[in-house]
Amino acid sequence: MHGLLSLNNLNTPNTKTESTMQLTNRSKVVVKHDLNWLEKLYLPAIFSGLAITIKHLFKKSATVRYPEEKREIASVYRGQHVLKRDDKGRENCTACGLCAVACPAEAISIEAAERKKGEENLYREEKYAAKYEINMLRCIYCGLCEDACPKDAIYLSDRIVPTAFTRGNFIYGKDILVEGIDASGRVDVSKRKKNYEMEGSPKQPLINK
Amino acid sequence: MSLYLFLTLAILTIISALAVVFSKNPMYSVLWLIVCFFTIAGHYVLLNAQFLAIVHLIVYAGAIMVLFLFVVMLLNLNADTEPHKSNLSKIASAIAAGLFFVVLIASIRATALGEFNLPNKTNIGFVEEVGKKLFTDFLLPFEISSVLFLSAMIGSVLLAKKEKK
Amino acid sequence: MDWALLLDKTILIVIIFAVSLGIAAYSTYGERKIAAFLQDRLGPDRAGPFGLLQPIADGVKMFTKEEIIPNASDKFLFIVGPCIFMMTALMTSAIIPWGKSFNFGGHEFGLQVADLNVGLLYLFAVVSIGGYGIMIGGWASNNKFALLGALRAASQMISYELAMGMSIVALLLINNSLSLREIVDGQAGDGNVWNVVRQPIGFLIFLICAFAECNRAPFDLPESESELIGGYHTEFSSMKLGLFLFAEYINMFISSAIIASLYFGGYHFPGIDSLDLPQNIAAIVSIAVLFAKILFFIFFFMWVRWTLPRFRYDQLMNLGWKILIPLSIVNVLVTGAWITFFK
Repeated sequence: MHGLLSLNNLNTPNTKTESTMQLTNRSKVVVKHDLNWLEKLYLPAIFSGLAITIKHLFKKSATVRYPEEKREIASVYRGQHVLKRDDKGRENCTACGLCAVACPAEAISIEAAERKKGEENLYREEKYAAKYEINMLRCIYCGLCEDACPKDAIYLSDRIVPTAFTRGNFIYGKDILVEGIDASGRVDVSKRKKNYEMEGSPKQPLINK
Repeated sequence: MSLYLFLTLAILTIISALAVVFSKNPMYSVLWLIVCFFTIAGHYVLLNAQFLAIVHLIVYAGAIMVLFLFVVMLLNLNADTEPHKSNLSKIASAIAAGLFFVVLIASIRATALGEFNLPNKTNIGFVEEVGKKLFTDFLLPFEISSVLFLSAMIGSVLLAKKEKK
Repeated sequence: MDWALLLDKTILIVIIFAVSLGIAAYSTYGERKIAAFLQDRLGPDRAGPFGLLQPIADGVKMFTKEEIIPNASDKFLFIVGPCIFMMTALMTSAIIPWGKSFNFGGHEFGLQVADLNVGLLYLFAVVSIGGYGIMIGGWASNNKFALLGALRAASQMISYELAMGMSIVALLLINNSLSLREIVDGQAGDGNVWNVVRQPIGFLIFLICAFAECNRAPFDLPESESELIGGYHTEFSSMKLGLFLFAEYINMFISSAIIASLYFGGYHFPGIDSLDLPQNIAAIVSIAVLFAKILFFIFFFMWVRWTLPRFRYDQLMNLGWKILIPLSIVNVLVTGAWITFFK
């Protein structure tokens, strides 16, 4: 490495090679020298320190008063999952298990069941997830489950997972994950959806075609 | 009023002084000694010697006893590490203390007990008066004692200095 | 014994006691707020508007917490330690002149509990006794960290008392009095300036020593949490810990008052006499002036704490013995020479 650098110096004898080595111009060369008389008093250093801290007294604080104030989050923020329903209020999920396979943290566990007669208004297809659990302590919010889902069923929303006192309370079942039927219970995931719909991806539900 | 104050202080002084001797824990002995110094400072105040009282507190209660406490704290005060005292030393100390007690009684009997008179209110104990006295009438003893302190300081510096090899 | 005088003094003592405790309580709030502001944070803002009820919440917390007395500790001294520390912290306020005297229909109400003619020496006596609270508390805990903290506190207090005393000697040479009221009055009026102008070096030494005597950063070695996990109050809990913490803030308040009185004209400000106010108004103004100065110094204490890192123990001793004491002795000599030859 060193030999290469010196060779570089030979080829281009200007000073630019030095500066190209640095990522920023903020680095300083530290020279340790004996303190002179004034510096040994430490008083100038103390006063300049006091000046620095008093300057911060008049700066705007960086604190966000959560939950009264909320920080801006990215439009494609990956927060708490939601299991979507279709327009008629039927659950999209067919318990194919692709999300669970895709999950790198192995946070998802599914039990499938067959749709009975008279449940057509509850589940969109013949097979559905009787149990769908995500362990929020394992989940790394990577969004791979969303990518894997062929049925448009699972999305990561912009909601923040609330805290709980026990580990058990972090295992979210269908009661928390599935969105509500009426309009107020629906979770808007259009911002995350857009990503995929731009180039006619295989994400389009086959059944609608 | 001052008589009652004096009596209270005197009784407290004697109790604390006895407690110094009879405390089993050296820590408590030191603390009782501090209480004793406080009561003695109270006596000085009663005699209108405020300067002496305060200096007594600063020097004895504030500085010297802190050093005493310092040393006692660092001692290992477990009962099992206490060295066993032989009977010989016990007898010797009993005899010595008894003799000292006899001398004390004899000297108390020999002195004529006068009446207790509260001194008149004077300014003799105030800072200005003490200073004037020290620097006029008692200049020589004052300066000699300061030389004594200087020599003590030089001695301690000499002890603290690292030996040259 | 004059009963009116006794009543006056009792009322004054109760007021000073309450004010000291109140200021100490709100100093804890101020400390946290100022620390937060200096670090671009907000600080406590949940209890009440702007978090103003925080000290009360803290007090309730301290009182209701479990009281733990270690089994192997010396139980009597364990309780006595914080009591002595608190008591000595409150005792110092007796000699501070809080303002000009009031006049209620011919009855003069002075704002100083005791105008001792050995006032400053009394201050030193009380300060030197204050170390016992820490030492006894630390030793009685039967904990090696607490003991180390206690030893540090004791040696630090003794070392810095010397330099403090010498810096005061220079002040006395100029003011010719040990009474705090006379020192304060000597800084007002025509041709007189604040002592900080006449004694800048002495002031600096006194200030540094005041920091050390209060165990405030950068001299908070007795309770350094990073090395001694809290030092002398490691084993203390509940209100006994509260007493230790509280007394520290009272000490800070009283030291600020003493710095203001000794070096910054106390309850005077330049031109206070030319206003020609009625006596009671003047008294109120003088109290306000003194408290403004005190609050500034409390702020300064906190400002320094959140700026400077803690000293190492050998640095502390070097500063005390090798720099401050020689410097203060030189200061006394120079002051003496100046008085002898130029006055």
